[in-house]
This record gives sequence, C-alpha cells and structure tokens, in this order.
Amino acid sequence: MNRPAVDRSGTGGAVAPATGGGRIRTPLPFPTMAARAVADTQLRANLHRATRTIRAKRARVVDEVPDWQALRDAGAAIKADVQRRLPELLEQFEASATAAGATVHWARDAAEACRIVVELTRAAGAEEVVKVKSMATQEIELNEALEAAGIAAYETDLAELIVQLGEDTPSHILVPAIHYNRAQIREIFQRRMPDAPADLGDEPSALAEAARAHLRRRFLSARVAVSGANFAIADTGTLVVVESEGNGRMCLTLPETLISVVGVEKLLPTFTDLEVFLQLLPRSSTGERMNPYTSMWTGVTPDDGPQDVHVVLVDNGRSAVLADPVGRPALSCIRCSACLNVCPVYERAGGHAYGSVYPGPIGAILSPQLTGVADNASLPYASTLCGACYDACPVKINIPEILVHLRQQAPHPVAEKATMRVLAWVMRSPRRWAAVLRLARVGAGPLGAYRERRSGARTLRRLPWPASAWTRSRDLPLPAPQTFREWWEKQ
Amino acid sequence: MRIALFITCVNDIAYPATGIAVTRILRRLGHTVDFPTGQTCCGQLHANTGYRTEAMPMVHNYVDVFDTYDAIVAPSGSCTAMIRDQYPRLHPPAASVAARTYELSELLVDVLGVTDVGAEFAETVTYHPTCHGLRMLRLGDRPLNLLRQVRGIRLVELGDAEECCGFGGTFALKNPAVSGAMLADKCARVRETGARVLAAADNSCLAHVGGGLDRHRSGVRAMHYAEILAATGATS
Repeated sequence: MNRPAVDRSGTGGAVAPATGGGRIRTPLPFPTMAARAVADTQLRANLHRATRTIRAKRARVVDEVPDWQALRDAGAAIKADVQRRLPELLEQFEASATAAGATVHWARDAAEACRIVVELTRAAGAEEVVKVKSMATQEIELNEALEAAGIAAYETDLAELIVQLGEDTPSHILVPAIHYNRAQIREIFQRRMPDAPADLGDEPSALAEAARAHLRRRFLSARVAVSGANFAIADTGTLVVVESEGNGRMCLTLPETLISVVGVEKLLPTFTDLEVFLQLLPRSSTGERMNPYTSMWTGVTPDDGPQDVHVVLVDNGRSAVLADPVGRPALSCIRCSACLNVCPVYERAGGHAYGSVYPGPIGAILSPQLTGVADNASLPYASTLCGACYDACPVKINIPEILVHLRQQAPHPVAEKATMRVLAWVMRSPRRWAAVLRLARVGAGPLGAYRERRSGARTLRRLPWPASAWTRSRDLPLPAPQTFREWWEKQ
Repeated sequence: MRIALFITCVNDIAYPATGIAVTRILRRLGHTVDFPTGQTCCGQLHANTGYRTEAMPMVHNYVDVFDTYDAIVAPSGSCTAMIRDQYPRLHPPAASVAARTYELSELLVDVLGVTDVGAEFAETVTYHPTCHGLRMLRLGDRPLNLLRQVRGIRLVELGDAEECCGFGGTFALKNPAVSGAMLADKCARVRETGARVLAAADNSCLAHVGGGLDRHRSGVRAMHYAEILAATGATS
C-alpha cells in the first residue's frame, strides 16, 4: 500500500481519478434543505448572532495587519506550488516521517482510510479512542466505522462533544455546534452527559467546566488518539494541529498510539512555510491574533509522547479535483471558515442544508468536485455569486469563478434547458431580439395599463408556478410602455 | 471621444427610463452618445446559470457591435462585471473592448473626470452597493460621490449595506426561501433608514428589492441612481 494515491501525470492519466465517499453528498437538494432551515426561526437567530460576532472579530484582527494582502498572495502561491508537485511532496513527506519513526499509510478513499484506522486501533488492543477535532475524520465518517467495529470514539473538542452527545452532525467547519444556543447546549448535557451537575447553568463557563470534568477521565484512560492535521510538512515529516481548547494537546501527548488522518492536500513544502499560514489561519478562523495551542510532532520522540505514531494520507476524490485546473484551487482551503461566516446564504440556510461536512461557499465548490458534480448538482447553485467569500478567503480561492465553472458541468432541468436555448436563440440575433422586445411590450401593454390603473404600478403580485418562486416574496415588473430602443428611434 | 450606450436587456425592456437618464446626463455634459441597435444581451444569465456555450454568440455579438467605440457605458454593475471579468477568459479577443466598457460611475468619474453632473433631486435617498459593482468592479465611493453632489438630496446610510440583497439572477428562482429571507432583511434595513428612495447601480437587484418593498407597501421607491443624476428638479 506504500505508494502515492495521487496520479503523477496531473491530467487524470488514462483512468479518471476516483470520486470520494463519506459524508460529502447532499441527501436532498440544497433548496429543499435550506427552505426547512429558513423556516426554523430559532436556528436563524442562532446563526445570525454567531456569524455576525465572528465576522466582526475577524474583520478587526485582519484590518490591523498591514501586509494582509501580501500574506494572502503568499498563502495562495505556496498552495499552488504544492498542487503542482503534490506526488513528489507526498513521497518526500513519507520519507521524512518514516525516518523520524512514524508509519505512513495511503488510503484511496474513505472506506480504505476507515479500515486502516480500525486495524491500527485493534492492533493497539484498544476499545476506545479519544479524538481531536478533525474535518478529515468527519469526512470519511470514521466515528461510524469505529462504532461498527465495536470501538467507541470520543470527541474531545467542546463543540464536537456537543454535537456527538446530541447525536447530530456538525453544521460549521470551525464551530460544529454553531446552530445551538447555550440553553440548547445545557439541555443536551443534562440529557446525555451522565456526570453533568444536576444544577448545571447555561453560562459558557459552567458548560465548559462540565465538559472539562467529563473529558478529563477520557484523556487519562485512552490508549489511542485519532487526530487530523492542519498542515503536514514535506521536508521534515512534521504534522501540525492548531486549536484553542488544549484538548488536542492532551490527545496528542498522553496516549501511547497516535493515528492522524490527513488529506493529501494538507502538505506544505518546508517548515518555514508555516510562517505564512500560522498568521493567516487564526485571524481568519477564530478572529484571534494567535491561537492558544499549536502542537507539532515529527514521528516518535523516544520516551516522550506517543511511541506508536501513524499517518494515514487520504485521497478520497482529491486527485479528481487536482486534475481540473479551474477547480483545483479548492484544494488550497485551510478550513478556516471565514467564507462561511461572511456568506449571506450560509447565514440563512445553516450548515446542514449543504448535506456535507463541508458547508458554506467552500463546501459548495469542494463537495461537488470530490463526488463529481452530478452527485451534488444543487450545491454550485447555492450562492448568489456575491463574492464576499472570495474577499474573505485567506488563500484567495476565487469561489465565485469555480461555482460558475461547476454550473457548466451540472445536469440542467429539461424545462430550464429549453427556455435557456430559446432565449439564447433570440438574443444571439439583433433582429429577433428587437422583434421579441416589441412583442413583449405590445403583449403586456393592456395588462400593464390595467395594473397601473388598479394599483398605481406596472407590477404583478401573484403568478402560477414556476413564476410563483418570484411572486411569493416580491412583485414582478411588467415591460415598460415603450422599450428603450423605441424611445431612441423616436427622438 | 465616441461613447456608446450598452443599455442591457433588462433595462431595454423594463427600465427604459434608466437608459434615457444616462443619455441625458452625458448630453448635458456635452458628449455625444450613440446607441448601436445591433446590441442584445451580455450573456450573463446564460453563463452564470451554466449555459456558457449558449452565451458565446452573445459575447461575439457584443464584440462586433461595440469594438469600434472609445468607451462603452452600461448602467449596470453586474453586466459590466460580466464583460470585464468573464469576457477575456471566454473569448480572449474580447479583452480590448472589455477594458473599454465602463459602469456609469466609472465613465463619469474616471474617464470624464466629473463628480458634479448638475443634478437636483429633493428627496431622502439611501444607496445599496450591489455586489458585482462593489466586489468585482470595486466601484468604491464613485456612485456615492456622484450622489453627494446632487443639489437638494439627503443621503442616509444603509445598515449592512454591503450584504447581498438575495437576488443572484436565477438564484432567486432556484432558492426562493433563502432569497426571500435575504430580501426580508435587506428591506428591513432600507425601511430603518427612513429614506423615500432606494438607489442602486443595478435594476435587476432593484426589481428584487423594490418588488419586496412594494409587496409590503413600504412607500419606498426603488430607482437606478442614473435617474437621480439625470434629474434637474423640474419633474422629480
């Protein structure tokens, strides 16, 4: 199994790279899921408050960095370089990490990655693992795979713990429990955490203390920890985890065995490249100048920390993303969530509407590329193309451009396709377009005049489906009494 | 300088007053405006919905119709952004005409060097910077600087001004629930200002927000800012 999953040609080779599995597919189309979320007033209030709070914090700490734009350019350039020579860097990482005492495993997809982690846990003789917050393990549905193998997985990040106890799924990359307010969190703790105090209040400090006491026993008893990694350094074989709560540091240092599941795109060429990303990431994600805990480890350090260290490098559709030069920058994502927090669509729809562990604007371009667009066809349309995400992205991923690119590949509804083709046939001919303009103006004339007499405006208030999608929230303007070109010709 | 007006398809059929306003402003400033009748649509609707192939003849038609002009002005941030941002990638020979295509405030401020266009408009106005003008063209303060010179105008600031109104072209039809929720918030911010007129650089966004304001009989009139710049107090 010791060979790169990434195709070396960079073009997809003779065989198209495989698509990914795991929790990256929408079970129902985005508009259906989003409509449910919009109807949930509590959810909308929670999201509104939370996203605006983080947005303001991020804006404050980003504005104080004079060379922020240069940092973004540097981050984007380093990631583009990684994408150009990924197979070579992966092999370099494998050699460095192996030399430092780690064992490197290669996983083609979610199922293979889960199988490797289950086997390693069993080999360590453990029936439970403690987990550091990790998007890659959420993506491959590792907790479910461990549970099926009779191994209990305990999330130790506060928000992941809330979601796990609530038997829910994360709705945000950085703040998985963003959809809950503190009263709802207290209710989950009281219902599902056996050692929660009977008189638990809903102050953040009380909730954190209850979680801290609950988790302490887990840290001390666990023999195996599972983590992801924010960065994997090719020239040294170092893995890096950036976190706020210190739970990660506990997991990364106390157990005997440490298994890290890392997406192949997480590579950075050299240790000094961290200088750029450790400035970009905390300010973009939590809105902090610096995150409280940055853990780095390089293989095994004798008599200090885990003595059995494994790295599982996961492809799960990433080679397919790499093969598309327009969509490829989606692999530059450092999972900061800045795009989620500024997105007006995410703020109303919430993370679950995206049906994938990757919600928001980055999810709308990453999930369809990992699965193939046909499997996530509604996601590239889950955006107004307002561009707020592109401005916020610390590695300058042009999300709107990739959304439009993916829309070209999405399967189109038959009626829409017919309408678009007729319209294009009219609009590609100045003569036909002028005739249709005149026809629309003349045809709508009596109705417009009637509406103007009745309501004082040339608008329609209620139309049958599919135009009802417009008129249920807004009036529809009718053609003007004369088109612009008619005015022009008359003057 | 040979200036051509690209009216845009939505304005031609539903908002001729905006095109008339642009014509009047430029003539008042002493310029001649041409309206080449061979123009149709920039193709944005098709390209952004996933029908790039169908959009290509419109791209070619735009180049054919406008390539001989020194400057092309469009009273739409979104259509201008389509031409300037996407055309060079879709059809490299279009790069030159794309670079000569300006949104109205760019033409007035950057090319013609004016901010006072001699307008008078005695109303309370709030301005919504539409997304493509704001984040793709980076219009910045240009439209507001033009509006600030209008005599009699009372400009009031819009809360959360830079947040999208929820239109997004076919987004409004494909995701009506989210679009409606964004619209409701935008309408609330507009009404909080107490303004009688909501101005913007895109009539498509204004059809959406204005349609929402009309639905709730808010009494706020949605208006392209060109129509304010064209006003001389006599008729407004």
